[in-house]
Amino acid sequence: MRARSGQAWLILPASLVIILFMLLPLGLMAYVSILEKGLNGGVVWGSHTTEAYLSFAFERDLDDSLVLNTDYLQIFARSFGLSAITTILCLLLSLPTAFYMALQPERTRNGLIFLVTIPFWTNLLVRNYAWILLLRNGGLIDGLLRDAGLSSGSLNLLYSNTAIVLGLTYTFLPFMVLPIYASLEKLDVRLVEAAFDLGANRWQALRRVVLPLAMPGIVAGCILVFVPALGAYVTPELLGGGKSLMIGNLIQGQFGSARNWPFGAALAFALLAIVLLAMLVYLLRFRQAPAGAAP
Amino acid sequence: MTKRPLATMAAALALMSGPAEAAGELFLYNWSDYIPPALLQKFEQDTGIKVTLDVYDSNETLLAKLQAGAAGYDVVVPSSYMVKIMIDDGLAEKIDVNQMPNFKNVGALFTDPPFDDGRAYSAPYLWGTTGFTYDSARVPGGKLDESWQSLFQPVDALKGQIAMLNDEVEVYNAGAYYVGVPKCTEDPKEAQKILDALLAQKPAVAMYQSDGTHDRMAAHEVIAHHQWNGASHRTREKLATAVYVYPREGLTFWQDNLVVPKGAPHLDNAKTFINWMMAPENIAEASNFTGYMNAIEGADKFMDEALIKDPAVAMPAQYADRLRPDQDCSPAARELRNKVWTKLKK
Repeated sequence: MRARSGQAWLILPASLVIILFMLLPLGLMAYVSILEKGLNGGVVWGSHTTEAYLSFAFERDLDDSLVLNTDYLQIFARSFGLSAITTILCLLLSLPTAFYMALQPERTRNGLIFLVTIPFWTNLLVRNYAWILLLRNGGLIDGLLRDAGLSSGSLNLLYSNTAIVLGLTYTFLPFMVLPIYASLEKLDVRLVEAAFDLGANRWQALRRVVLPLAMPGIVAGCILVFVPALGAYVTPELLGGGKSLMIGNLIQGQFGSARNWPFGAALAFALLAIVLLAMLVYLLRFRQAPAGAAP
Repeated sequence: MTKRPLATMAAALALMSGPAEAAGELFLYNWSDYIPPALLQKFEQDTGIKVTLDVYDSNETLLAKLQAGAAGYDVVVPSSYMVKIMIDDGLAEKIDVNQMPNFKNVGALFTDPPFDDGRAYSAPYLWGTTGFTYDSARVPGGKLDESWQSLFQPVDALKGQIAMLNDEVEVYNAGAYYVGVPKCTEDPKEAQKILDALLAQKPAVAMYQSDGTHDRMAAHEVIAHHQWNGASHRTREKLATAVYVYPREGLTFWQDNLVVPKGAPHLDNAKTFINWMMAPENIAEASNFTGYMNAIEGADKFMDEALIKDPAVAMPAQYADRLRPDQDCSPAARELRNKVWTKLKK
């Protein structure tokens, strides 16, 4: 009993931080989202309305009736699409990488983990600017391909959805590699050998033994990539050339030039709700480790 | 004010701690890259007041911060329309700029602006225009028409070689000048015209970006750039063939101002700073650094030759009637504008 109450104290600092710096601001945000917007920005305290949530999918016609407005839904759809593609690309790149890493001797593994985390040492903004220098017309890639005679004229790689996905994939790759690696590292090689002994070919061994065992890592990685990609702000702004908004840019605009704080808060909440839903699905599906993963 | 016991206490404490504290510091909240660090050092040498600089990227960021009550700043630098909002919302301190000794230096055009009658709240800082710049070496015939049409209906050589500012207000205003409707229109049909023009232009636009515009032009990334004139001057320093255009349909003329927010902790220092900045030799340094004109007479004696000779900065007189002052639009007009912006980028 004493040991238990002693343990409870350990979590107190973290709980305080979460309450003070996460739950309180979130509550404030929730409240702002149901307030009326102020004339010059800000909000009118004490004046409540659900207008912000309505304007997500509807707009007021001239006669004050509600008509469907898909602008914001389209921006959400684009964010989801780009984030999904990013997640899939990260997964395709990470699976073999993590598998390779897990098969190395211990010392090499640590070196490889170190290599994977190196990009974190540089500021996100700087890394995105580096991609601009690489991708822009007359930049390194464009120039090399032209010198090699592989392309004529400008490739126009930069300022497109492709550039956004490339930048996001690059940014979030380590978040996918590390959890998959963590689950593969614990993998008991004897299980794979047993699969071969029982007549499985390489593909079957991979699909029916290795992948199920790596599944918790894969799902965790997918969430760690998909969720932050949804809220990405810097990459779409810089690499997308500001031509099409993602949710993050949309929210920023509401607090900036649009001066519509309630709508910005409501958008942030819609995003949060979706993210929580994704987490819920994960928890329900993987509440227990899949059979066989336990030692 | 009774609702803010903490603020009151802080103010009382500040009063009690007396002049020794007040002599030393000034918190300046300015646009990024908008004042030379050397000038702040000079101010410290002249007056013994140490300046701490914090920066923002838009009038709305400034407004949001002041509205949220996160004060602590002594001097801020809002554009003209934002000065009006600050005065109306009681966010600005009345400091009687017109009574300051150096106010006599302010040029006649700037002594009585519509946003601050008789200059009781604000002192002029720098001013400029928002037009566009093109590289004359890379356009057919070496010349573009002095019209927004050059950007909105570009010739083939310019397609995909145009950059617009990533600024809701500036892009919308450019569209409004081009199609010839008021930039603060509350008529959805007129806003639709602006949207149509912007959507028709979008395929030819390489990007919407407000940062590093002069680097982008100098690196030959684009041929034409929707640009502030100071940035255009900096473009020309690196790209001699750059030409700044004052479109004949009109272009926005804006000015930024020094204002003291309500409840500034070092009010006297703020007044000292504002008076000091209206001295020709001081404001000239700000112009030399940023490439924007100031409103102080006699400052040109201290300004770089290249700056005074650049038509992008020292506007030729024949363009004066093309300037349109920036203005704050009504909430209805702002809503239309944001809808157009969202539809442009959805």
